[in-house]
This record gives sequence, C-alpha cells and structure tokens, in this order.
Amino acid sequence: MTDVGRHPRIKLLTLSEVVDVKGYVGNFDVKIIKRAKYVDETACTACGECAKVCPVVRPDEFNMGLASRKAIYSPFPQAVPSSYLINIKECLGHNPAVCSKCIEVCDKKCINFHMSDEEIVEHVGSIIVATGLKPYDPTELDEYGYTRFENVLTSLEFERLVNAGGPSQGSLVRPTDRTHPKSVGFIQCVGSRSSRKGGEYCSNICCMNTIKSTLVLKEHYPDMEVKVFYIDIRAFGKGFEELYTRSRKLGVQFIRGLPGSVEETENKSLRIAVENSATSSLEFHELEMLVLAQGMQPAPSTQRLQEMMGLQLTPDGFYLEAHPKLQPVDAATRGIFYAGCAEGPKDIKESVTQASAAAVRAIRLMHKGEITTEPITAEVITEKCTSCGICGQVCPYNAITVDRKNKQPAVVNSAACAGCGTCSAECRFDAISMNHYTDQQIIGQVDAMLEKAADSKILVFACNWCSYAGADYAGVSRLQYPANAHLVRVMCSGRVDEKFIWEGFRQGAPVVLVSGCHIGDCHYIDANHWTEKRVNRIRKKMSKLGIRPERLQLEWISAAEGIRFAEKMKEMEAIRQTVTGQEIAETIELLTNI
Amino acid sequence: MTTSNVPKKSSGNENNARIGVYVCHCGLNIAQSVNCKQVAEGAADTDGVVLSKDIPYACSEPGQQQIKQDILDNGLDRVVIASCSPRLHEPTFKQMVQSVGLNPYMMEMANLREQCSWVHMNDIDNATRKAETLVDMAISRARHLQPLNEETLPLTKKTLIIGGGVAGIQAALDLADSGYDVTLVEKQPSIGGIMAQLDKTFPTMDCSI
Ligand code: SF4
Ligand code: SF4
Ligand code: SF4
Ligand code: SF4
Repeated sequence: MTDVGRHPRIKLLTLSEVVDVKGYVGNFDVKIIKRAKYVDETACTACGECAKVCPVVRPDEFNMGLASRKAIYSPFPQAVPSSYLINIKECLGHNPAVCSKCIEVCDKKCINFHMSDEEIVEHVGSIIVATGLKPYDPTELDEYGYTRFENVLTSLEFERLVNAGGPSQGSLVRPTDRTHPKSVGFIQCVGSRSSRKGGEYCSNICCMNTIKSTLVLKEHYPDMEVKVFYIDIRAFGKGFEELYTRSRKLGVQFIRGLPGSVEETENKSLRIAVENSATSSLEFHELEMLVLAQGMQPAPSTQRLQEMMGLQLTPDGFYLEAHPKLQPVDAATRGIFYAGCAEGPKDIKESVTQASAAAVRAIRLMHKGEITTEPITAEVITEKCTSCGICGQVCPYNAITVDRKNKQPAVVNSAACAGCGTCSAECRFDAISMNHYTDQQIIGQVDAMLEKAADSKILVFACNWCSYAGADYAGVSRLQYPANAHLVRVMCSGRVDEKFIWEGFRQGAPVVLVSGCHIGDCHYIDANHWTEKRVNRIRKKMSKLGIRPERLQLEWISAAEGIRFAEKMKEMEAIRQTVTGQEIAETIELLTNI
Repeated sequence: MTTSNVPKKSSGNENNARIGVYVCHCGLNIAQSVNCKQVAEGAADTDGVVLSKDIPYACSEPGQQQIKQDILDNGLDRVVIASCSPRLHEPTFKQMVQSVGLNPYMMEMANLREQCSWVHMNDIDNATRKAETLVDMAISRARHLQPLNEETLPLTKKTLIIGGGVAGIQAALDLADSGYDVTLVEKQPSIGGIMAQLDKTFPTMDCSI
C-alpha cells in the first residue's frame, strides 16, 4: 500500500469519484471530482493533535462502528495517504465561537475550511475497473437476528474484533458484556446461493474465510467450542483443503445444515435450531456468539459506471467480461479492463492475479504508443448529400459536421466515428455508406437468406455487442430454439436501415426481429434510441399499408441473456406460424408495386 | 411513403470475386448436428465460389496452413469460414488471410457453432439446412466485401484505475513499475479497500496489509 503512495508514476486521488468518461480507446477523457478533505494532504504529518481536541465523537467505519473516531481523523493507522481529513457534515464548524479547536493546535497550519471540491480531468489511454464489492448486509435476513441480537456479528465485524489493531486489541469479546465467548458459531452462505435474498451465486470466499477464522480462534482459545453451519464447504483452491482438515483436527465442528431460526437467551447467548441434513434430525445449539459469513455483492457504483462507460453486466450485477474463458479481464469496450471483485466474487490471490493480467493487457494495448482503429466508419457520398443535417443530429459521438448555411456536404471525423451506422440508416438520401456494413452487403445477406423457402424463415438483425453475443451465449449454454432463425450481424441496431426491413418483407419474410442492447446499455452511447424510433415509425407505416405490425418485432437482449434470446426465438416462431401464405404474397405484391 | 431506394437484387458476381469456402467440423462440435460435407458441396457451385471444402479444425495450424495454401494456389481474393462465432476467431482468421497478402476485411465468417449446431442439437436435417442458408448469406456478403485499411492514431500511455483495493493497488504497481503513468482514483479517504480490514488472510494465514 505504501508503495502506491510514494511511487513517482502513480497519482493517487482519494476521496474522489469518476463522474464522466468520454472518448475512446487510446484517448479517454475522464472527469474526476476530488472531494475536499479540509486538511492539506501534502503538509499534514499525521501527528494527530487535532483529533485529540476535536469534541465530536462518531462511530468508526473502518472498525465497522465497533470503535469511535473524531470529526477530524485518519481512516486507519496504516492509511495511504496517512493525512487527516475532516468530515465536514460532522464538524461543528470553523466559526471560532463554535469550535475551531483543531485549527488552534495544528502546528503545520494545514487545516483549511475554505477548501472546496476539485474537478480534475485526466487524459488516459486505458482504464482498469477495480471497484470491488459491497459486503452483503444481512439485516434483511430477519431469522438470523442480525441487529436484533447484539452478539450476532457479520464476518467483517468479527474480523475487526480479532484484529490486533482493532477496537478490542485483538481479544474477542462479546459486544453485550465484553466477556470472551466460550462458544462461537458461524453461519455460511449468508446472502449467497439463495434465490430468496441476496445473490444466487456462490460468493467464493466465505467458506475459506470462515475456516481461517476458526483457525484464528483455535490458536488463541484452544478450548473454545467452534461450530460451523454450512451447505457445502467449498475448499477447492491450492492449500485450501489442508486448512479445512487442520480446522477439523483442531476440533471445529462442521454441521451440515443452515439454521432455520435464531433466538436470544436470557444471558444474551444465541439458541439456534438447525436441521442437520447429515443425520436428518432437528438439533438445537446454544452459542455465546454467532458470526454470519456475509457474501459479496456488486459495488454500489457498478451501475453508474457501467452506464457511463457503456459496459455490460451479468444478471448477478457484476461486470461482464468480453469472453468468459479467452478474454476474462477485457471489457467488450476496447481499452477497458476488469480487476478483482468488480467482475465477480474472488479471493485475494485471484484478485491479484487478475489485476496483474489486466495491467499486462493494458500494457499490450499501449506499448506501441499508437492505436489502430477499425476502419468500420461512415463515409459521405458527397454527390448525394443535400446538407439536411440529420446525420449530425443522430450521431452519438458528434462525429459529423454539416455546414447547412453554405450547403456543404456532411463531413465525418473518422477518428471520432465509432461505426454504429445510425447516420447511414437515418440519411434519407442514401448519402452515407458504412464501411464493412454497406447496404449492398447487408441486403445481399437478406436476399440470400430468403431466396429459398422464405415463408419458413425468421429474419433477425442483431447487434454485435449485445444481441449477437446473447445468441452466442445461448449457444454456449446449449439452449435449443427453432432452427429457422437466421441472424444478420450489424455492429449496432442503429445500423438497421428501414430499407433492410422492407427488403425482408418484400422478399417474403414472414417475420422480422430487430434486436440490440438495452436502452442505457448501448455500446454506442444511445444509438439504440434511434433504432426504437425507427422501428415504431416502420410499424406505423405497416399498419397504414395493411401489413400486420406484429410481424416486425423489437427486443433488447443483452450479451448475458442467452435465455431471453432463445425465448424470443420461440416467440418469433409462434408469430411466424400465424402469418399465412396469402398474407405474405399480399405483402410482397404491395411492396413491389409501391 | 418511402420503401424504395433498394438496390437491385444483389446475387450477381459483379466484382468477379474468387471465393474459397471452408466448412469447419470443430471436431464433433459442429459435425454432430450439421452435415458439413453436404454444406460444403452445396456451396461449391454458388456464383463466385472457386472452391468449397469441409475441414476438421479450421483454426488449427494444419487447418490454417491448408487455407493459406489454397488462397495462394487458386488466387482466391476472399474467403468464407463457416465455423464458430466471429466473436471468437475473427481476429485469428483475419491475421491468417493477411499473412498471405489478402486484406483482412476480405474474410467473412458464418456462425455454424454457437448459432447453429449447439442450438439445434439432434436436429441434423434442420440444422444442416440452416447451415446451408448461413453459408449462402456469408457468400453473398463476401461477394461485396471491400478491402479496408486500419488507421493509426496517437495514444496516451497512461492508465486510469478506478478503485484502490487490492486489485487496483496491484494493477497500479504493475503498470507503474513497467514505466506507465497511473492515476488511481479511490472513493474512500484511503486506499486498501476491504483487504485492509482483514486480520489474517487465507491460505497463508498472514497479515493482509
Ligand atoms: S472544528 Fe470541526 S474538526 Fe475541528 S475540532 Fe472542531 S469539530 Fe473537530
Ligand atoms: S443525413 Fe445524408 S443528406 Fe443529410 S446531411 Fe447527412 S449525409 Fe447529407
Ligand atoms: S457511424 Fe455512428 S458514430 Fe460514425 S458518424 Fe455515423 S452515427 Fe456517428
Ligand atoms: S475454427 Fe472455430 S469452429 Fe472451427 S475448429 Fe476452430 S474453434 Fe472450432
């Protein structure tokens, strides 16, 4: 930790948050708000005189509220940076009449109540998302009595109590009477592996963390009765089974079954009822302290950052990697990588491994000092352009400028163009060609697909990042769906031009699906808004023409939603079966004569 | 009402394309549900196709060797690889064609594994029919492919790391020690994250900080 603080190449911004990310791989502009600490970080020597005189006493977050700190404080003894800071909401105020005690005692004069939040803009080539996790709050699991019974602790609270630097100097005491408990129980999978509350996934670390805690207890208090209530013990890692065996040898009891209820006894101990599934009998245990092995949840900032950077999440709410086996630390967005629990629950070793992997992936990208961009960009066909300006309005990247006054044709900035194809789809004069996804190429696919037995087929347009990936995910999961669904891949649903859809119907497609990333998750900021508008517009026209609008469907399917993809294909097939041969023939005729 | 502006039906081979088609078995991954040989034979007399083969593992070294040799021997100017998802092996095959002098954008893939054999298992007739259509679609697209060139842009050799827990710290140090500038942003007043709160950590049972 201290290495980070003094490394000449690392700029450390604490009490800071990323509030905006613009740009693209190689050249991101990141806006960061650095909150005021009211103490000059560089001058503060962490002497602590200020905290001695501060009259405000507050629960200490680092010690899970089991100890106290002042309004001016250092987060914990080994903190980096070690400088003090003031929680301004708690501070009584700098008006001398009110308080200002800290200012008086600070020799270095580093306390300054006029500091304000700073906005910092950083220009970077790559981003590593290492936002970590949020420990599960077991309050909602009322049956375990957390917060109702004081001697029921979370694993993190327990962790602080056995820590030599913690509020009890490492001696384990009960919060109610500060005596050493003679028996301690651990309940596993709290907030994990449950379809009811918390996450459905395994949080990965809680089994081993509990085993570690039992060893710590047995080391300090060999006679203590220690019991662990569990579903399975997952000790799969290197050296893990050994610790599990050691724990059992030391007399820790592992009881297979999660308690159904916890009650408090008169002396503030906990009486738990559990169905022991190894013996199929109902057992009661009385324990002087109970520790809930809390699971991991995605960090609170996950969704905000996901939207800001156009990333994707798994159904569990953690970040989705570009490929689960082959690109486990890459985001689908080039230049962004994941490290640690942001991507899913993992232990320290795995977090460190992944972090080093992410660092190398970033270096691999940056070491040449230049970046090659995909030539999938928009090109204006100047003779056809009427300078109407639509393309400039729809481009999510402001990559097009149109000089309407002087009737100059549109100009695409190819470095800024991300290749969504929305401009090309929205230009009413066919004046924009999309490289690698030209009208001709896509219509060629549509025609080839519908050349034979068109009436038996489902035409699907799928965006590369979400829906096409979702279809791949259905494949990886071996989800079965009707074999008449055929996908045309586009980079973005925004590329799906009206004429592709009309062409599909003209060639006899019974049904057409346009699919893309969920609103808010679009890989191209908000290009899918235009998709939605366009599909609605076409459906209106279909109604007017007497073509059933149900034959054109729009569905948002994320890269993680293999099931949703397969279900949608079944639904499309059900709709297809309602479309008669006559209906198709009429549509073809209508559209051919228009 | 504009439903017009549709180019003429685009089945012709106006670019005089010389296409090679490869239908990959992926061992049994594709071949168990798709009759790969039949698909390859079916594609052989499509407009613009010079040769069409089924192949056990397109991405393997011998597989790639064979395709490269065919490109050189037959003067192919584009290829269609009908195999797994382009999200997996598009970079592999782009590099492959580039190594024998083709523009990487002259390679097209048909997704016969993730989007066909794996989702229509035990339905060999329908899966094979779909595979044929997917290959037709890819050939049609391939006929209209155009060579494209990647642009190079300057890049900032600097990394932003969001989060100063154990992962963020490790990544920051690895990057910084390799000579890259790092900005590490942490929401809390100190770095260290949850790890800093832990007493001992498994499997080594030592202190965490
Ligand atoms: S001014 Fe605020 S921070 Fe300083 S001693 Fe008073 S209450 Fe504490
Ligand atoms: S939308 Fe088309 S016609 Fe209008 S300015 Fe853009 S390129 Fe020109
Ligand atoms: S393709 Fe998309 S990003 Fe590029 S100019 Fe058109 S609208 Fe903008
Ligand atoms: S190219 Fe894809 S489908 Fe073919 S063998 Fe390799 S992995 Fe399998």
